[in-house]
Amino acid sequence: MRTGASEQEMKGKKTKPINHIKAYDSETLLALYQKMVTIRKFETLAGELFAAGKIPGFIHLSIGQEGSSTGVCSILRPDDYIITTHRGHGHVIAKGGDLKRMVAELMGRRTGYCKGKGGSMHIADFSLGILGANGVVAGGFPIIVGAGLSIKLRKTDQVAVCFFGDGASNRGPFHEALNMAAIWKLPILFVCENNCYASTTRTSYACSVIDIAARAKGYDIPGVSVDGNDVLAVRHAAAEAVDRARRGEGPTLLENKTYRRRGHFEGDPQRYRDQKEVVEWEQKNDPILRFASILKEKKLLTQDLEDKIAAGIDADLKEALQFAEQSEWPKPEEALEDLFFNF
Amino acid sequence: MSERIISCSAAIAEALTEEMSRDDRIFVIGEDLVYHGGIFGQFKGLPEKFPGRIIDTPISETCIVGSGLGAALTGMRPLVDLHFADFTTCAMDEIANQSAKIRYMFGGQVKIPLVIWAPDGAGLGAAAHHSQSLESWFIHTPGLKVVVPSEPADVKGLLTAALRDDDPVIFFQHKKLFAKEGPVPEGEYVIPLGKAAVKRSGGDVTILTYGSGFYLSTEAMKELSGMGIEAELIDLRTLKPLDFETIAESLKKTYRAVVVHEACLTGGFGAELVARISSELFDYLDAPVLRVAAKDVPIPFSPPLEKFVLPSVEDIVKAARQVTYR
Repeated sequence: MRTGASEQEMKGKKTKPINHIKAYDSETLLALYQKMVTIRKFETLAGELFAAGKIPGFIHLSIGQEGSSTGVCSILRPDDYIITTHRGHGHVIAKGGDLKRMVAELMGRRTGYCKGKGGSMHIADFSLGILGANGVVAGGFPIIVGAGLSIKLRKTDQVAVCFFGDGASNRGPFHEALNMAAIWKLPILFVCENNCYASTTRTSYACSVIDIAARAKGYDIPGVSVDGNDVLAVRHAAAEAVDRARRGEGPTLLENKTYRRRGHFEGDPQRYRDQKEVVEWEQKNDPILRFASILKEKKLLTQDLEDKIAAGIDADLKEALQFAEQSEWPKPEEALEDLFFNF
Repeated sequence: MSERIISCSAAIAEALTEEMSRDDRIFVIGEDLVYHGGIFGQFKGLPEKFPGRIIDTPISETCIVGSGLGAALTGMRPLVDLHFADFTTCAMDEIANQSAKIRYMFGGQVKIPLVIWAPDGAGLGAAAHHSQSLESWFIHTPGLKVVVPSEPADVKGLLTAALRDDDPVIFFQHKKLFAKEGPVPEGEYVIPLGKAAVKRSGGDVTILTYGSGFYLSTEAMKELSGMGIEAELIDLRTLKPLDFETIAESLKKTYRAVVVHEACLTGGFGAELVARISSELFDYLDAPVLRVAAKDVPIPFSPPLEKFVLPSVEDIVKAARQVTYR
């Protein structure tokens, strides 16, 4: 068993040129940047609130993985579906989730997305096609097959995206879902965020393959590995897969290679890794810094604009936090509501 | 409403035909449906009537239930067929963690019109992996409605109600009942979920039962009648939500009860009924409420072994005599 990261595992670190930039207008590029920064700042705030004891339970942050959530969701339509994981705040924000209702849910307030019944691991917004974060690793696969089947039966051109981690690809539902989606050519994008760790276990120890995308071969569907910290590479690969799905040509397995900079959960003592590894990713391979440097090089992002964007997001988050803090706790008896639709 | 004598299988097909004609969001998904008409032939004729809406799957229970759930969340009204209730184990996450909880944990944002069809029960020499009665597991999981019908008319009426319901319903039909025949109303026929039926009136003892227990109890009641003991038979039909009112009304008349189910004794639904009766109706009781159930072992294969393990007519007669002190 290795303790450090091998060269192969860390290949996501190799900084590839962001080579699709010419295909996008400045508005799109800046929207991607803004979304990534929003997720980063939201996650940072969530971490602070948790440390301050203002969030019950436990939370899992996606700091360092913003390129994947933003890149994929940026090519989706409002009526497309996503399903996500315990590490799902970024996906919900990228699909258009409301920051106020998210912070309120994290803090257990009745104005939260789930009226305080879900918390960090169970945020959904069905009006935005967000079929929910899921507390069970691999819990989303079978459900996304159903969403894909439903799209096919209703004869629309929507697509359904299942976000999951490297760890989930070792569970049975991954394999059942890829097979079923493949035989029916369902309009599904399976997006693996390979962040090098499943809880406290290294991916290289737990997975039989280096590239999770290689598992697509067993189901005769395309499997694509990209640098998950290159938001445009992610967007480009996701766009191809989504087009393919909308054309009725079936599912794709997309692997975004990235790195989980925070512990599995906030408060994780992280005995399984050297903090030097984390610092190295932070300094050399941050999806936001990498994208910002390209934007600056192309003169699309100036310091003024960067500050303005940051200030705007800070103001939104401040407002969201105020909203949550001023919101009432649910009444205890509300625990008995929302179980059955009728009876 | 005119009635004919038809089988449970025919009642299932009839309910589905009527509902699928009425609502094009309903579809059926599972193994061996299109060519085989379902492992018990209960979906015969439907694939021809509704092409594309009876969908064969791989042997993939996790994704069969999950795909039903995902479709239910996105505008469809599926019925998923699990072949055997025993295979709920292969889709337990999708049933107990996902289908049961999604509406609640997301704060009531969404309806889940999903029917999980799970044929259960023993008596066919099918041994431990194809014979279980598992309703208790799901009654113990908030968020699921649990239906266990007995007669063909109940099957039709309850299946129709389940297909129209906006919550996940797990539907356990005993596999020995597929061929059972009985009078079934023609045309639209709905039995609301959560309504028990008093199927025979009597003043001496209440027999509370469901599913295959209904047939055993009916036999037992004939014997008891010969001994001068007139039993009132309540077929619970839906176990969750439970129609406790009907139970209470009967017990306030008979002061005695016997619970009969095919599932094994310990932790079975009988335990819940006895607990509830003792806490809410204690003052009305003239005798302890007794349970008749299978013995606490997996279902064995060989006929004499299986017969020994399952509850019998004699067990019911004995229990009814005990509580009536006769």
